[in-house]
Order: sequence, then C-alpha cells, then structure tokens
Amino acid sequence: MQNALEVRNLHVNYISRAGTSVSAITDVSFDLGPGEILGVLGESGSGKSTLAASLLRLLPPNGRIRSGSVRLQGREILEASPGELERIRGKQISLTNQEPSLALHPTMRVRDQVGEVLAAHESLSRGARRERTRRVLAALFPFETERISSSYPHELSGGQRQRVLIAQAIACGPSVLVADEPTASLDPSTQREILSTFLNLRWKLGLAILLITHNPFLLEGLADRVLVLYAGRIAEIGPAESVLSKSKHPYTQALLRCAPSFARRDGEFPRKSKLPVIPGDSPDLAAVPEGCWFEPRCADRWEICRKREPATVPPGAGHLISCFKFGG
Amino acid sequence: MQPLIVVENLVKRYNGRGPVGRPGVVHALHRVTFSIAPGKTLALVGESGSGKTTTALCLACLERPTSGRILLEGRDIAALQEKELHAVRPQIQLVFQDPATSLNPRFTVLEILTEPLLFQRKARRSEAAELAYALMERVGLPAEIARRRSGELSGGQRQRLAIARALILSPKLLILDEALSALDCSVQAQIVNLLIDLQLSLGLTYLFITHDLAMAAHLGDEIAVLDRGRIVDRGAPEMVLRKPEKEATKLLVQSAPLSTGIQPLRRVS
Repeated sequence: MQNALEVRNLHVNYISRAGTSVSAITDVSFDLGPGEILGVLGESGSGKSTLAASLLRLLPPNGRIRSGSVRLQGREILEASPGELERIRGKQISLTNQEPSLALHPTMRVRDQVGEVLAAHESLSRGARRERTRRVLAALFPFETERISSSYPHELSGGQRQRVLIAQAIACGPSVLVADEPTASLDPSTQREILSTFLNLRWKLGLAILLITHNPFLLEGLADRVLVLYAGRIAEIGPAESVLSKSKHPYTQALLRCAPSFARRDGEFPRKSKLPVIPGDSPDLAAVPEGCWFEPRCADRWEICRKREPATVPPGAGHLISCFKFGG
Repeated sequence: MQPLIVVENLVKRYNGRGPVGRPGVVHALHRVTFSIAPGKTLALVGESGSGKTTTALCLACLERPTSGRILLEGRDIAALQEKELHAVRPQIQLVFQDPATSLNPRFTVLEILTEPLLFQRKARRSEAAELAYALMERVGLPAEIARRRSGELSGGQRQRLAIARALILSPKLLILDEALSALDCSVQAQIVNLLIDLQLSLGLTYLFITHDLAMAAHLGDEIAVLDRGRIVDRGAPEMVLRKPEKEATKLLVQSAPLSTGIQPLRRVS
C-alpha cells in the first residue's frame, strides 16, 4: 500500500538579513504510512515547525527548501506550481497550528468558517455544503453540534476552538494532517480530549497524522512511531513504545529523564529533589560543529563524536538511531 | 510557626457576562481557605477556569476580593486602601506563564530589573544596576546579556529574567502561575532546580499554580485542588494523589500521563 507521505533527504535553510545561511533541517528522510500516527518530538530550535511548514511549502520568505523530495500519495510536492499547491493544501494535506484564536476569524460563525474551506476546494451546491459542514462538525462535536455550529470563536473554550481548527483541516478529506503543537496551553483533560479526537479520526477516516510536540507524554498511547529531532536532524526514530521507554539516543534518554516522575522512584513521592538536567545550552544552528551536534552535552561521548557526524537515519521500519554507539 | 500567608473565606464575584455572552454574575472563588508556612510551597491545581489565576491576582493585590481575608504575617491586606497597598505589593510577586507577554520586549534586561527598584525608590541608579547584576548571576543569566532586549532572549532566559524581576524587591511570597508550562522539558527542569535553590537560599515561600500534577507533587509540600472556585481537597501530595476521593482530584489524576506513575493502579516500574 502506498505511503501517505514520503520525505527523502530534505534540506531546509533560513537566510538571514546579512545574507548568511543557517541549516534548519538537514538530510531528513522518513515515511508516513496510510492511517499512521507519527509523533515528531523536538524542543525549540529542533526544526519541528520548519518541518511542518516545509511539508506544505509554507515557509516564511527567508526560508528555502534547498533540496530533497516530499511525495504526497506518490506525487512530488516540491515541484508543484503555485496553482497546484493551492489545490493540494487543505484538500490533500492540512496543517493546524497551536494558536486557534489567531487562526479563526473572530466575526464568522463556526459553520461559515468550515463552509469556507469546502467552498474553496469542492464544487458543491449550497445545500450539499451545508450538509457536509454539519457532518464534519458532528464528527468533532457529537453532543453540541448545533450550538457550536452557530457560535463565534470567542464563545468557545480553548479546546473547542482547537477542534474547530481540526474540523476545518479535515473538511475536504485530506490523507495527511500535520498538527503542530495541537494541545499547547490546554489543560490535561482537554489535552486528552483532543488526542482522543485524533485517534477517532484515524480509525474513522484512515487519516495519517504527523503530530509535532515538545512534550513526550502527549505521544504515549497515541503515536504508532516517534521521530526525535535535534538540531534539524533525526536523532532517533522507531515504534513509540521503543523510543519512549527504551530510548537509545543519549539525547532522547536525557530528555525523558528531565520530567518529574514517581515511576522511577517506585511510587515514593520525592521532596523537592533536583531534576536531572541536560547540561549546556541548546545548539546554536549558526555554529556548525565538525562532529555530532549533541556531543558537547552528551554523557556518553567518545573521541570520534567530536570529529565526525554519525550517519543519517535512513527511511525504513525498526528502531533506528543516528549515533556512533549504534554503528553510526 | 505562624504561617506567612493565610487566606480565609476568599470570595470573588465578577459582574459581567457569563459564558456565551449572557449578562450575569460569575462566581470565580467561593470561600477559598488555605495557608502557607514560611519557606514552604503550596501547589494549587485545577482545570482551566477553576479559579487558579483569580486566586493569584487576589493574593498579589491586583484584584480586590468581594469578601474574605488575606493575612500576610497576620495583617489583613484585603482590607487595605490603595495607598497602603503600595508598601505591601513588593512583598508578594507574580511570575506568569508567558514571559513574552509579561516582559516588555523592547526593554533591556538591565532596564527590566532596575525599573521596580527605581519606581519603588528603593535604590539610586548605580546601586540598582549592582543589585541587578547580582540577581542575574543568582538566576543563571550571564552578565553579557544585560544590555540585550528581552525580546531577543530564549524562552528559558526570559523566564529566568521574569523570576529575577520578581525577586528584585526581596519579596516574601512568590506566586508562580503556570510559570513552567510554556517551556521545553529540559528548560523546565533547569528552572525547577533554580526555584528549589532560591527557596532554600532566600527562604522564599511559593504558591505554585499548575495543571501539571507531576510537577505539583514534585515541588509542593502540600497540594490544594480547586474545582469551580472551591477548594475540594488539600493535604500532602501522597495523601491527596495516591487514593483520590474527590471527583475533581480523580479527574486530574486520570489525565496524568501513565509514565509519571501518578495513576496508582498502573504504576510503571
């Protein structure tokens, strides 16, 4: 069966005002299978939002996709014309951002905002559009469809606004949804609602989802596979359970150890003990090292790590790591 | 030992629009009562809209309670006039979730730190700068960034700056309202360690407001659970979280990620 998305050797730069170029995504390759949920885990500066924007060719004016390939249902996106791109975005691949209050029109009712997306991509009669809108909203708001449908964004809670964004994103039945930090600033029970929504959409619509987040806990029980980004490169990728509880890359291990947890202490509640931190600062993408990007902060570093970069992770199944400890 | 702060039957009602634009009264807080001993941390948890931020604003004297008492070292600050509050406010400081919006992005680090001292007339300009540098070192900000604008700093640096600004007037109580939620995991851990250090070295008292239960249990000497403006549960973390009895607490515990081990029935070893 054809992959929903195939990314090969993607390189993305940003050009500064001074004309210097910084590589934000370097040699990234991965597959997203049909109906698969792939979690992209990365902190600020890891390149996760750049990756999201690149997949829809929505980089800011100073961003450049230098090379590589992004195939959506077998079709190359990086060669699409502007007209073709307009037809692809929203219809075959959609993006949701973390600020629903900025993305939603403040003086349009919810049903009109969803209807607008349908009007842009489908030639439906008004009646048919209304019916499709109702069905999409019913899928996301099974209990209060009518009330939400006629509401304005300011009348909704944060979680409801996020679900309206998702409704807009899936209205035309895309095969891929890129969700960039979909639960930022939502409280835990609302977060879980949104994450269940994603699971539902995957089962009901066969939607493949790229879930981008800095919070590893969100991916638990949700993602099929997890990809860990560091300094614009894939550090580790594999089945979610493996990457999250048997992680191999020193960065992933250090990152997961940062969060307070009682599991590690056999249920004993610690009294304000210091948390293990990752020493050093997050990488400065303008200061390109000779060797591995994580080396200065790595507890397991070898001599070779300073001199050469470990091999890039190829696309494929299994638990793959970019690190000399694992063949590099 | 006398508690540093005692909140007694705090009530806050807002006249205005309820949900969906209808006029009405919003009962934000209903007879909220708690106390915090000096040098200790009370973690206040609850869903969005439960009243956590309203509590923070009332304690920081930025909102007037409808009724109730707030005793700071025995003195009721809820009953004070505006003139008298001027001397009280420096003792209770707030750190917010989003330093990008609570710090002026065009002000430099030095300006942000010295402004409160100069405004409260606690120091002359030269002394203020010295105090600012000392505090920067305390919170782990390198002296070189003193003249950089706050808008140019990273998220972690901005939050350290927000903490430093909150400390510049030597407060007794620091209210942290979701102060870690917007930060990356690894940066959160660094700021948590900083807060632990500062509490020990400066004898600070914290009201730590969060929806992150694992963090609340890690930092709190006590946890209080807010549900729709009422405190429904309070006690040591192990008592409140291990066998949750109240619905609101159960809901919070169920929403905690499995690997944190908070859900008692499915502890991961």
